[in-house]
Amino acid sequence: MGVVELRGLRKEFGEVKAVNGVDLSIQKGELVVILGPSGCGKTTLMRMVAGLELPTDGEVLIGDRNVTALPPRARDIAMVFQSYALYPHMTVFDNIAFPLKARKAPKEEMAQKVEWAAGILGIQRLLARKPRQLSGGERQRVALARALVKEPAVMLLDEPLSNLDAKLRVSARDELQQFQRNLGITTIFVTHDQIEAMGLGDRIAVMNAGKVRQVGDPQEIYDDPADTFVATFLGSPPMNLLERNGHLLGFRPESFLPLEVARGDREKVTFPFHLGRVENLGSDRLLYGTVEGAERNRTISKLPSTVEVSVEAGETYDFAVCRADLRYFDKESGLRKEPPPREGG
Amino acid sequence: MAETAERTATRKPSEMFPARELSSGAFLADREGLLGILFLAPAVLYIIGLVGIPFFLAIAFSLSDATIGDASLDIVGFRNFSRVIQTPQFRRALFDSFFFTIVAQFIVIVLANILAVVMSRDFRGKWLARTLIILPWATPISLGTIGWKWILDSKFSPIDWVLQQVGLLGGPDALLGPGRHLTYLGVEGLAVSSVILVHVWRILPLATVILMAGLTSIPRDILEQAQVDGAKFWRIHFQVSIPMILPIMSIALLFGLIFTFTDMVVTFILTRGGPVYYTQVLPLWAWFKGIDGGNLGEGAAIALFMFPVLLATAILILRSARRMEVT
Amino acid sequence: MQAIMPRLKRAGHYLIVAAFCFFTAAPFLIMIVNTFKQDADLYRPQNNPFIYNVPPTLDNLRLLFEGTNYLGFVRNSLFVGVLVVLITLVVAVPAAYALARLAGSWGERAGIAIFLVYLVPPTLLFIPLFRVVTAFGLNDSVWSLVLVYPTISIPFSTWLLMGFFKSIPRDLEEAAMVDGFSRLMAFFKVVMPLSLSGVIAVTVFTFTLTLHEFVYAMTFISSSDSRPLSVGVPIELVRGDVFYWQSLLAAAVIVAIPVGIVYNMFLDRLVAGFTMGAVKG
Ligand SMILES: Nc1ncnc2c1ncn2[C@@H]1O[C@H](COP(=O)(O)OP(=O)(O)OP(=O)(O)O)[C@@H](O)[C@H]1O
Ligand SMILES: [Mg+2]
Repeated sequence: MGVVELRGLRKEFGEVKAVNGVDLSIQKGELVVILGPSGCGKTTLMRMVAGLELPTDGEVLIGDRNVTALPPRARDIAMVFQSYALYPHMTVFDNIAFPLKARKAPKEEMAQKVEWAAGILGIQRLLARKPRQLSGGERQRVALARALVKEPAVMLLDEPLSNLDAKLRVSARDELQQFQRNLGITTIFVTHDQIEAMGLGDRIAVMNAGKVRQVGDPQEIYDDPADTFVATFLGSPPMNLLERNGHLLGFRPESFLPLEVARGDREKVTFPFHLGRVENLGSDRLLYGTVEGAERNRTISKLPSTVEVSVEAGETYDFAVCRADLRYFDKESGLRKEPPPREGG
Repeated sequence: MAETAERTATRKPSEMFPARELSSGAFLADREGLLGILFLAPAVLYIIGLVGIPFFLAIAFSLSDATIGDASLDIVGFRNFSRVIQTPQFRRALFDSFFFTIVAQFIVIVLANILAVVMSRDFRGKWLARTLIILPWATPISLGTIGWKWILDSKFSPIDWVLQQVGLLGGPDALLGPGRHLTYLGVEGLAVSSVILVHVWRILPLATVILMAGLTSIPRDILEQAQVDGAKFWRIHFQVSIPMILPIMSIALLFGLIFTFTDMVVTFILTRGGPVYYTQVLPLWAWFKGIDGGNLGEGAAIALFMFPVLLATAILILRSARRMEVT
Repeated sequence: MQAIMPRLKRAGHYLIVAAFCFFTAAPFLIMIVNTFKQDADLYRPQNNPFIYNVPPTLDNLRLLFEGTNYLGFVRNSLFVGVLVVLITLVVAVPAAYALARLAGSWGERAGIAIFLVYLVPPTLLFIPLFRVVTAFGLNDSVWSLVLVYPTISIPFSTWLLMGFFKSIPRDLEEAAMVDGFSRLMAFFKVVMPLSLSGVIAVTVFTFTLTLHEFVYAMTFISSSDSRPLSVGVPIELVRGDVFYWQSLLAAAVIVAIPVGIVYNMFLDRLVAGFTMGAVKG
């Protein structure tokens, strides 16, 4: 049984079903990323785990204890808010020590723990400052230190990197992963950024419209999406979806290659690809076009710059996908299904 | 080697200081609903107890023959009202209450508009000017009015002295008459004007400051756009600024209306309703009848005549408040 | 020619400002001048009322402080003011917080309702409250004012503080709760320190309000010993037909000027409260 267990969790705000039946089990020391588009209920889910929101229905278990009705302070959790929520009237030291004060820890323990947390995040020299004297990156570290110092059973992070600039975000992500691994703190990380999710997560839970669509490790989510939502939410550009012979079939743009390039002995399916437009991104070329003889047929191919085939807009070429890279989805429900017995190309 | 070093560096202090278990006992202090009720209760009780109940008590008094000496409440119906309405004092008080309020507010809005525009500009000594302009609102009205009582004194009025010096008063062919004094508070027309003057003096600061707040809240780019479009200053003021601060202006106006309409201090200190009863107003008349004269029933009846006006004003405030939220 | 226009404009601007300032400050000017005038100077109608025709004197101030109950009024006003401020804070701070945070959608409406109570004037309620005060046996006692004044200060203070609390990000309280405090403690540890300026503003307004109030004080209190300044000065310093004019005006200006200056410092807050929407930011 996991450190955190969510069972049939639902939350309604009046008419809005923000979270609509979530079951999730998170193991000790694991970093689970909750990924989904804006407004899909990630924050609401997280707040229910934290105890800041009472579920309409369902249960939250933390460390084998049913904490559904308990306030945040009785849950053994820590949380980093998107805004960092540093207390503006306290110094960095007092901010970090705040959870220990709540616990009425003795002075000496307080100093030692703050020192320890600040050390891990490399912010010892900032301890005397006030939050408004810190940069965005420093604030984020202080918020992390404040979460760390509690040594919680679970650490909850709600888009903690979204306020940082692009460059800082990459290094902060790296550090975050480092110390999470080192300390082995069970962590739930919320983001709508798929690159962050892929790079960081031990497992990813993809959410949409209040429901978890798929849980799995990053590769699994990418390679074997459970439905068309997951298939098109991840990857850039997203998975191509073609409707043909009553089936919905999907394949990644990078598996969709000109026939002469796609060598190797794996069984292939060929499509006549009418090329509309070419976009050169330097490392890749994106080819936008349509597959002839399919109903929903807008398709993208992603060619690495190492592939030196010359193609021209307006022409039709033979492109191929390995049969093993084809995914089939149900036309109505969008769910994955087994490949049909006979599918030719 | 490196691995062990890292281990020690990240060794958790909890291994040295075991965490204490939080007692999962009473979480009363976390329950929002309960806390909300507990927090709100004293204020609500206070207001119900000392505003709500007295209000209904006022209605009960107005229907009874209660006096200061006689504590019992014998209901006598609308006798107080009918008796009160028949007195000329009441009719005059009713008229004056409206007259003072409306005339004073009209003057205040005109003056406040000018003053707010003048004060919105930057100039040296602005802080001092603002302090001086605020004084009438900031000081206890009863004390401020004393100053006016001296200025309007029948014998020693400094205004009379100035008028005499410039030859408008006291000479055989002076414009304002041969007498040496105008006796501001002793003649009907002048007494009415004096009361209105003091009300204007009292409300002008608040109206000005509210309008100034409104003017500074107008986005700069809108004004600059109007300037670029070639509009002149007063044109901008009347066609851009005033429509934009109209909601705030209505708030200032409504507050002024209520404060003036329900005030009894100015007339009490300045004229006591005189000469005769020509500056009588509802609240002061209610006080004279109810407390001074000891007839609580009639006093309450007179005071209650203010209520419909207050209610209408409250509704207007709600309306304009809602309109302000849209903008 | 071109240089003259702006200069004329500036002069005109100053002239308008000066005229208004003269109008608003005139009574205080007269008060200050008269404070130091001798009777022989003041009571001669042909004397220039704006200057000292006879050397100024301190006798009027001496009479005020030694010959009248002025210091008693000051003491009463301070006593009432301090207690009313305390009651107001104890009642209005939690109420404002409840309306800003704990109450759901009806919080806003309840807030407006409470604010409207501020518009119920003392002149509508003094008659029934006179009986209430009598029933409590508080007639003629400053305690009657301590009891009744919060009905004016609580609604306004609640409204003002509500704006302050709303401007504090919810995140901060929630962070405190996650950090291990109860909702109640989060309020004391995080929200209160951050709304200190609101608490100060409310303190100032409540205090000045108690200084201003006249109707209740005049209705409930008839003995000189219990009167506060607002009523004591205009009523006690006029004995029958005898006006101690200089002392009377001195008594007024001594209170008026300091209160005016303090008030001025907090005025913007007050205006924000008056104009509602503005406090939300
Ligand atoms: N307190 C609330 N009252 C009403 N509706 C709410 C409330 N909180 C959230 N919602 C609604 O619930 C849905 C989910 O919101 P939530 O904040 O959980 O989304 P999110 O996935 O965190 O989005 P984002 O990535 O933009 O932060 C949204 O439609 C939102 O409008
Ligand atoms: Mg969110």
